[in-house]
Amino acid sequence: MNTNISKNNISSIVTKEPKVTKKKLQDYGWAYLMIAPTIIGLIILNIWPIFYTLNLSFHQNGDFGSSGQFVGLANYKRLLSDPNVGSATLNTFKYTLVSVPICIILSLLIAVLLNTKIKGKTIYRTIYFLPVIAAPAAIAMVWKWLFNADFGLINYLLSLVGIHGPNWITSPDTALISLIIIGIWSGIGYNMVIFLAGLQDIPKTFYEAADIDGAGPFSKFFNITIPLISPTMFFVVMTSIISSLQVFDYIYMLWGTDTIGLEYTQSLVFLFYKNSFLMNDKGYGSAIAMFLLVIILIITVIQLKLQKKWVHYQ
Amino acid sequence: MNRKKRSNHIIIHIILIIGAIGMLLPLFWMLKTSLVSLAESTKIPPTFIPQEFMWSNYSDVINLLPFGKFYINTLLMILFRVLGSVFFSAMAAYAFARIKFPGRNLLFMIVLIQLMVPSQIFIIPQYMLASKLGWLNSIKALIMPGIVSAFGTFLMRQFFMNIPDELEEAAILDGCNRWQIFSKIMLPLTKSGMVSLAIFTALFAWKDLMWPLVVNMSIDKMPLSAGLASLQGQYSTNYPQLMAGSVIAILPMLIIFIVFQKQFIEGIATTGSKN
Repeated sequence: MNTNISKNNISSIVTKEPKVTKKKLQDYGWAYLMIAPTIIGLIILNIWPIFYTLNLSFHQNGDFGSSGQFVGLANYKRLLSDPNVGSATLNTFKYTLVSVPICIILSLLIAVLLNTKIKGKTIYRTIYFLPVIAAPAAIAMVWKWLFNADFGLINYLLSLVGIHGPNWITSPDTALISLIIIGIWSGIGYNMVIFLAGLQDIPKTFYEAADIDGAGPFSKFFNITIPLISPTMFFVVMTSIISSLQVFDYIYMLWGTDTIGLEYTQSLVFLFYKNSFLMNDKGYGSAIAMFLLVIILIITVIQLKLQKKWVHYQ
Repeated sequence: MNRKKRSNHIIIHIILIIGAIGMLLPLFWMLKTSLVSLAESTKIPPTFIPQEFMWSNYSDVINLLPFGKFYINTLLMILFRVLGSVFFSAMAAYAFARIKFPGRNLLFMIVLIQLMVPSQIFIIPQYMLASKLGWLNSIKALIMPGIVSAFGTFLMRQFFMNIPDELEEAAILDGCNRWQIFSKIMLPLTKSGMVSLAIFTALFAWKDLMWPLVVNMSIDKMPLSAGLASLQGQYSTNYPQLMAGSVIAILPMLIIFIVFQKQFIEGIATTGSKN
């Protein structure tokens, strides 16, 4: 009996084995076929460019085809002593440090208010989301008009309360503030929608239990909402910081190539664009892009380390 | 209690209305300025409702710039980017999520690397590639960087991973091959993911300014974003005309958004929560 069973087992394994392998091989084939377009596309459009840009940053003025003259670290040396890069780095950090927290606090506030049982939620949500779907060039132009020193709406409204409004876009004190205001205005809607989704995932029972304990709205917000929304918060913080570090569109539109005030707002990405495509110094442009990559990677690593301290996954 | 709740709601409405005015005022000002004469636009105090409706601002700006071409270029760019990225991403995401194959983790690293690197790193080589292929100043150049999507692959993978194994096992026993399982069983189950990705891709392409500025210098090959930017360079002080151009450029996405509002909001929300 025993030998019979084991014989049967062996024979079944023997007959089944090749079938399984063939099936597996077929699976591999399908898998490679299905990932091929994306992987090949990403290699050509994204992976190879990383090495190309890195290589270009060691060359002087890499033109079409010919990659120019090898200059070693010269572009990086120039970068570190370039006052424009210094001020652009400072501008980019200032912009990020101010606009990201304000934008996140405002969008979380609106999301919390919209997560209550009030009427007209959909209308509010639509209104707050509108700037997200507007083309940046259109947003930039209307804000340039609103900020206009002589005929702009903002300075008119300020004059009603007796304030003589500044020359928003060209004054060293207000140029960056103008940029920050536009950034916040156009970013609230996107973050609000993501926060709202996060808030709706919080089980109602937590709040009901807190109600029984007699907790007030603020205590509920800090003890329930904030910890439970921390994974969403982490996502929003990460994406907001990374996109703020890459601010470009509004600077390009409002301060263009050489408007007064540019030096107070120009960002690293603007310098990248200017050097690479307006001045056709692609070697130097590549070095600036690599510099930005390093900054973003460092900040990402810090964020990932810090998240262990404040993000609570359920 | 009830009275307290009602007064709370009134406070919430007041805050939300003040915020809503802040959000709408710039857009209202754009519309209003687009409808007044140049003289009226610089009046102090400004008029909040046009004294005389100057519809000619719109015909003037349409004569200045080929908005019809901008619309078509934008539409083609978005259409092909959406089709490409949704189809290719879904396919790759299915394989990454549901098939075990040698090198899976290593190949998925390629997707993750793309997500971590800022896009400026890619632009110069992509520009040179487009130029070598002779694609500068063409729709092909506009589509090129968005034809596949690392973000889409990552997003769709989350959807495929959430589907229970039983469905797939039953289909395998029935003798379906992987392509049949993917296209007939799995793909219909990730419809909401594909809609999210399509909306995200469309919005990203719609708002992208640097790439079109770099590759398509000739005015009749520009999408709306870059075309509108060129308007400012040419006529920097005629705000009624600039605002008319802005309204024309905002309108198509505004209409699409209002019609597909639910999908838009849910789509954007998904891109946040799935990561």
